Amino acid sequence: MKFTCQLGHTQHHFVDLKDLLAKASPARSGDYLAGVAAQSAEQRMAARFVLADLPLRRFLDEALVPYESDEITRLIIDSHDAAAFAVIASLAVGEFREWLLSEQTDSATLATVAPGITPEMAAAVSKLMRNQDLIAVARKCHVVTAFRNTLGLPGHMAVRLQPNHPTDDARGIAASLLDGLMYGVGDAVIGINPASDSIPALTTLWRMLDELIQRYAIPTQSCVLTHVSNQIRAIEAGVPLDLVFQSIAGTEAANAGFGINLALLEEAYHAALSLKRGTVGDNVMYFETGQGSALSANAHHGVDQQTCEARAYAVARHFKPLLVNTVVGFIGPEYLYDGKQIIRAGLEDHFCGKLLGVPMGCDICYTNHAEADQDDMDNLLVLLGTAGINFIMGVPGADDIMLNYQSTSFHDQLFLREVLGLKRAPEFEAWLAEMRLTNQTGQLLPARADHRLLADFSTGVL
Amino acid sequence: MSKLLPRDPWDKLAAHTQARIALGRAGTGLPTREVLSFGLAHAQARDAVHLPLAVETIRNQLAELGQTCLHVTSRADDRRIYLQRPDLGRRLSENSAIALGQHVGDYDLAIILADGLSALAVERQAVVTLNALLPLLADFTVAPIVLAEQARVALADEAGELLGARQVLMLLGERPGLSSPDSLGAYLTFAPRLGRLDADRNCVSNIRPQGLPPAQAAAKLVWLLRAARQRGLSGIGLKDESDLALIGNKRQL
Repeated sequence: MKFTCQLGHTQHHFVDLKDLLAKASPARSGDYLAGVAAQSAEQRMAARFVLADLPLRRFLDEALVPYESDEITRLIIDSHDAAAFAVIASLAVGEFREWLLSEQTDSATLATVAPGITPEMAAAVSKLMRNQDLIAVARKCHVVTAFRNTLGLPGHMAVRLQPNHPTDDARGIAASLLDGLMYGVGDAVIGINPASDSIPALTTLWRMLDELIQRYAIPTQSCVLTHVSNQIRAIEAGVPLDLVFQSIAGTEAANAGFGINLALLEEAYHAALSLKRGTVGDNVMYFETGQGSALSANAHHGVDQQTCEARAYAVARHFKPLLVNTVVGFIGPEYLYDGKQIIRAGLEDHFCGKLLGVPMGCDICYTNHAEADQDDMDNLLVLLGTAGINFIMGVPGADDIMLNYQSTSFHDQLFLREVLGLKRAPEFEAWLAEMRLTNQTGQLLPARADHRLLADFSTGVL
Repeated sequence: MSKLLPRDPWDKLAAHTQARIALGRAGTGLPTREVLSFGLAHAQARDAVHLPLAVETIRNQLAELGQTCLHVTSRADDRRIYLQRPDLGRRLSENSAIALGQHVGDYDLAIILADGLSALAVERQAVVTLNALLPLLADFTVAPIVLAEQARVALADEAGELLGARQVLMLLGERPGLSSPDSLGAYLTFAPRLGRLDADRNCVSNIRPQGLPPAQAAAKLVWLLRAARQRGLSGIGLKDESDLALIGNKRQL
């Protein structure tokens, strides 16, 4: 028994570091499914007491997933910045929490220390934090990225326009896209989840988005969310592609389940950079993640799902992405059972990502077999808006008719801007005003039937 | 349309997509009618997830087709456990396994009707699909039809194996969408046995009148069943030459 904790007459034992982390995790269905969760509420607290006294250094000495057999572990250890870590090197996990919350620890300090923080340290401290702690610290972490506009500035929030259609019908996609633009949405990215996997069909989508962005000189970027190998082939074929997308996970074996590894991501990253299509920055990658992906690929190595998720951010961080999106409630109730678990996971993911220096957004979402509804989504929306989320999704009416799940809507982002005073990316905000879609303070103008975008759609130009 | 709110002047675009566009707005919120219609769609999807399988009704409908049926349950005792423990939904309960073992025979095909995530889909589409399918399978010996509760796809492996069937076809309720609470999925596995992988199966999804109508689904399934029998395999090795849509989350997660 490596760790023990005496609580009253009961001794609690934890066999190793990953067992300790798993037992300290807030309850969630995926960890029970994996058989790694705490067996009682008291055991969970015992694990947290032990964790609070554990030196942060321990995570550098003891890998949760073996260094020899996992390239993500190697990436984490080999790229660790010891100089950045020096500031927090003497702290235990419980002290780390207090240091993060301290008024003296400001945004500049957090940015300096970020390369010295490993995903395991971020995950560990999150397990000792209440929701308000996760919000308070994340709010201090500013991760600014750029391509054709600037994302992640304090007081700003961007939205991905997600105009999916079950058969990739061009007019159907254009109709949803136009709806989004009329609602002032699309600064994070205009990103389509395609139904098709064929290069010619995907190319039609890439060209359609490129023509749209060029025609109206929209300061934003496009993405078609297909496998990274399709995007490399498209780049080689000269297709006008802005961001390269890929789903990623926190272990080598889980990534193998996605048909990727670090070398393939590296190849895609350099291919995208070579196009030099960004105008104000060169963050060219868009990653999606989500708790439970490693377990669902049977590739979790006995590590709890939240720690696996944080390890995915080490993969993301390596490629200086424009956007990282945790698709928090998509995976289903066997991983996150209800609104409470989805909300907690969304806050954890955002906190861990930001702490590691990753530009976190969140697909605030749920499926119909989860115990969740629109009220839960409203709650997480306000919480993440308060925490300083870089971007959220914009789906017409919150109903994605292609992926069959519920996300956040064009209306939801308007609501959040109104109650929290959040601005769009500055370049995009200026474009909306120029297009007479918003006034100078960013509020929507009454829609006019003779607006240029609407006229162009009806004549088939758009 | 509300008399208080102006409409979005691009509402004609709604003809191009089922997506919820041009909804109008009340401040930054949705018009009341839209809140209610979304709430209704979600309520129907939720009810579909939690509706118990109408075992007796389906048994009677199958009797009218001249079919007998065997009722089984998985190791997930109730819906709450079922939703959190997919591993339990993939295995027959001990009693059900014993019961099925007593019906072992020399069968070309076993058919399982399973609630999955929408018993409503089974209620509405499964018997209709079988009614179209069975007459096309005159040269197949078919085991008594199995009705399975709290079941996941892989439960068909164990059931098919116990019955001694050379192929198993599972018709099961898919994850309900907001506009499709009653969509049925069909999974075909050659040489079913415990431990089969998803890559060993062929799928036909979205079986419902507004999606792939049951009669067309039956035609695809017959093509697949014959091809699997002829080639002695199913799954990724059996190309979907009848232009089959594969089930699965399109989003890679």
